[in-house]
Amino acid sequence: MEYTIVGIVIFVIAVLVVGGAFLIRPRHSVETEERPKVEEPQTQEGRPPATVEEGAAEDGGATAAVAEPAAPTAPAQPVAPQIETPPPSAGRLVRLRARLAQSQNAFGRGLLTLLSSDKLDEDVWEEIEEVLITADVGVTSASQIVEGLRTKVKVLGTRTPGDVRSLLREELVAHINPDLDRAVRTEPHGDRPAVIMVVGVNGVGKTTTTGKLARVIIGDGHTAVLGAADTFRAAAAEQLQTWGERVGAPVIRKEEGADPASVAFDAVTRGIADGVDTVIIDTAGRLHTKTGLMDELGKVKRVVEKRSQVDEVLLVLDATTGQNGLRQARVFAEVVNITGIVLTKLDGTAKGGIVIQVQRELGVPVKLVGLGEGPDDLAPFDPETFVDAILELS
Amino acid sequence: MFETLSDRLTTVFSSLRGKGRLSEEDINATAREIRLALLEADVALPVVREFIAQIKERARGEEVAKALNPAQQVIKIVNEELVEILGGQTREIRFAKNPPTVIMLAGLQGAGKTTLAGKLAKWLGAQRNTPLLVAADLQRPNAVTQLQVMGQRASVPVFAPQPGNGVGDPVEVARESIEHARRNNHNIVIIDTAGRLGVDSELMRQAADIRDAVTPDEILFVVDAMIGQDAVNTAQAFLDGVGYDAVALTKLDGDARGGAALSIRHITGRPIMFASTGEKLEDFDLFHPDRMASRILDMGDVLTLIEQAQRTFEQEEVEKMASTLASDDDFTLDDFLQQMMMVRRLGPIGNLLGMMPGMGQMRDQINNVDDKDLDRITAVIRSMTPAERANPKLINGSRRLRIANGSGTQVGDVSGLVTRFFEAQKMLRQMKSGGGIPGMPGMPGMGGGRNKKALKAAAKKNGKKNKQRSGNPLKAKQQEAERAAEREKRRTEGPAPDQSGPQLPPGFGGGAPGLPPGLGGKKMPDLSDFKLPKQ
Repeated sequence: MEYTIVGIVIFVIAVLVVGGAFLIRPRHSVETEERPKVEEPQTQEGRPPATVEEGAAEDGGATAAVAEPAAPTAPAQPVAPQIETPPPSAGRLVRLRARLAQSQNAFGRGLLTLLSSDKLDEDVWEEIEEVLITADVGVTSASQIVEGLRTKVKVLGTRTPGDVRSLLREELVAHINPDLDRAVRTEPHGDRPAVIMVVGVNGVGKTTTTGKLARVIIGDGHTAVLGAADTFRAAAAEQLQTWGERVGAPVIRKEEGADPASVAFDAVTRGIADGVDTVIIDTAGRLHTKTGLMDELGKVKRVVEKRSQVDEVLLVLDATTGQNGLRQARVFAEVVNITGIVLTKLDGTAKGGIVIQVQRELGVPVKLVGLGEGPDDLAPFDPETFVDAILELS
Repeated sequence: MFETLSDRLTTVFSSLRGKGRLSEEDINATAREIRLALLEADVALPVVREFIAQIKERARGEEVAKALNPAQQVIKIVNEELVEILGGQTREIRFAKNPPTVIMLAGLQGAGKTTLAGKLAKWLGAQRNTPLLVAADLQRPNAVTQLQVMGQRASVPVFAPQPGNGVGDPVEVARESIEHARRNNHNIVIIDTAGRLGVDSELMRQAADIRDAVTPDEILFVVDAMIGQDAVNTAQAFLDGVGYDAVALTKLDGDARGGAALSIRHITGRPIMFASTGEKLEDFDLFHPDRMASRILDMGDVLTLIEQAQRTFEQEEVEKMASTLASDDDFTLDDFLQQMMMVRRLGPIGNLLGMMPGMGQMRDQINNVDDKDLDRITAVIRSMTPAERANPKLINGSRRLRIANGSGTQVGDVSGLVTRFFEAQKMLRQMKSGGGIPGMPGMPGMGGGRNKKALKAAAKKNGKKNKQRSGNPLKAKQQEAERAAEREKRRTEGPAPDQSGPQLPPGFGGGAPGLPPGLGGKKMPDLSDFKLPKQ
């Protein structure tokens, strides 16, 4: 015990002193972190060439290997066909609205009641901010939204509930940033399938999301192979297998404790051999604080890239997650360069406001939302519908 | 962005120095900062509001006005209140008079019920119980299989008459399990139920039915430490829907601050009984309220750091590392490299630094610390020849260029590293000769201060600049018996006069009286370090 303390303590001093020059030196990553969040994400997410630059800058070149393969995504389709066209998708949006309205109306009503109160004084604004905070929006974002709204109300001088309501809607939509490209790239390119990796911390619903996503893809007349790269959790592969069997998608799995990278590799190889459209790889849940596990995740991605580029890395976030979600997203973004967020369990009372902060800081858009336990409760995310549902407009 | 509460309060109070009293305005400013800190930690808003009111009340009182260092006093109050709310009466599991004792787990999806069931079973099994796991989660695909595997790992039998995946009636399973346990002499039954949302009335009714069918002795509400503001709604919904007697907090091994613990405790009054802190079956223990309080306030958590280190390192490794540091040989780049590799195993360096108390003022830098930088340092060192590593003085201009080319860095980086290294070496040399960390008041002889209390007491006296760590090298050295004797003398005699603390500015050393025993040993470093930013 004593030795331990001694060792660590001395070490930390040494690192600070010796490493100080490096650690404190202004670096690219600092710049990227502080980058204005609103405008840039479009370029970052929209066109892959931008992604290369960003990725390389962020990683300081060290993991350029990880970032680069995102480059060839150029031919990726700008629209996600499984989301827009087929009837089920349309139904999904309606259900999204209904579900959200059902579970979140207290939130929206609370806001609107406040906004249409007789006088908008300091207290009212503070209460509005608090309502936003209870949605896990975070103190910083909440005060920004309120500030924006205040200014608008003041400038326009309008006070009718209808106006204020639409101002609030605008403000919220603006914060969710509707301009980001939210399509999930599932189209094969040439003879190679699109590869989607699903990552996240424990218990957020990665396996379920993988299963649901496979359903969507197959429901749209495409084919998919699932890779059960969660070789750690008991019965995770079985769980995925069950999902796969329901829709007739082959599941590539190995014994428990196998190297997840090899499972992922095999899944992609199989996908290429079978000529399927999409390969979805389910990874084990890992807390972002576990360096070893995060390294493993980086390896999975690198290994997959030996066969085919990874088109999407979807970070699954639980709507109940609080401010820690931001830290999770940061670490995952650094390790595997996430390209989209899936917000799950939105059918509960939680609002998932943390995604506003995540989107702003990392420029990674929410692409899908999970709305329940039903097999078809995965829907594309649409900021306007989302806000409308929250505010019960439409 | 993640400033600690102590940093924030320091800013607020920096204007107060010299003023004897806290004005109403000061208290409000303080309250605002505390509010922000708690919200960042995901404490639910209603709880924050109430909590702040309480703090304000106490802050107006005598104890703060009279304290020499109001900032510390306020933090102390906040901490005390937190511990009080979190702690309360810690409860053991209530065992039924007539076995089996039935424990039912309930919670949201993905909170970690199934894993916790396995851990709980193992934990109870280690205390000479004969638990039985019951798979009543028939909803999620293969939850039953997962529980079976957990049971296997924990060597606890699993009662799973239904295959799950939507087939079977969990209420029936639960009812049968009691009979089964009685027949097979299990004294504890742990029922793992399906995850459900608070708003899902149908599933809540099912949970209530299970409860009515088995009349559990304990219902545990399993909740993820990462949960945000929704904790309040969910906790209340489960309390209304199923009711529970205690809470189990999971995924505490992440870096979530776990304000939910406070919210739930405050709203429902149910104690937090267990904490689950890792993926292995053994990572499970009773809940420590005091540690949670520091965590919510984001004060350094040295204890956690040490525990983590103990888990990660082999005893010999650490001993070797310490003896290198304590030996007469100069600290070389090789030693440094080796240590860096060891410490990297502990986790992201930013997290580690964050756990050190008093790192608050460096928070910005810490946030920018990237493990990749460590890789870069490693690369630089590895590009040196063994001779250069042992004696960096060798490194001249052309060697620098070679090293920079070899490691893919700039010459400036290499020079910077070498310069910093020399400084560190000098510092370590000084420490070895008993001088303490330069620029910090010497740590007067710690004597044989092996126990923590003594260490803390000494730290307290030193008040100002003691980073807890400064004392430790001395201790290490003391363990180097032969050389110790001589220096020991020097040390005890030398800096002893310092102990009267003439260099401690008013309000600093004075912090000591303001730090009541109630704070307990371990909070000590945080509070003392809290002053550092002012320097």
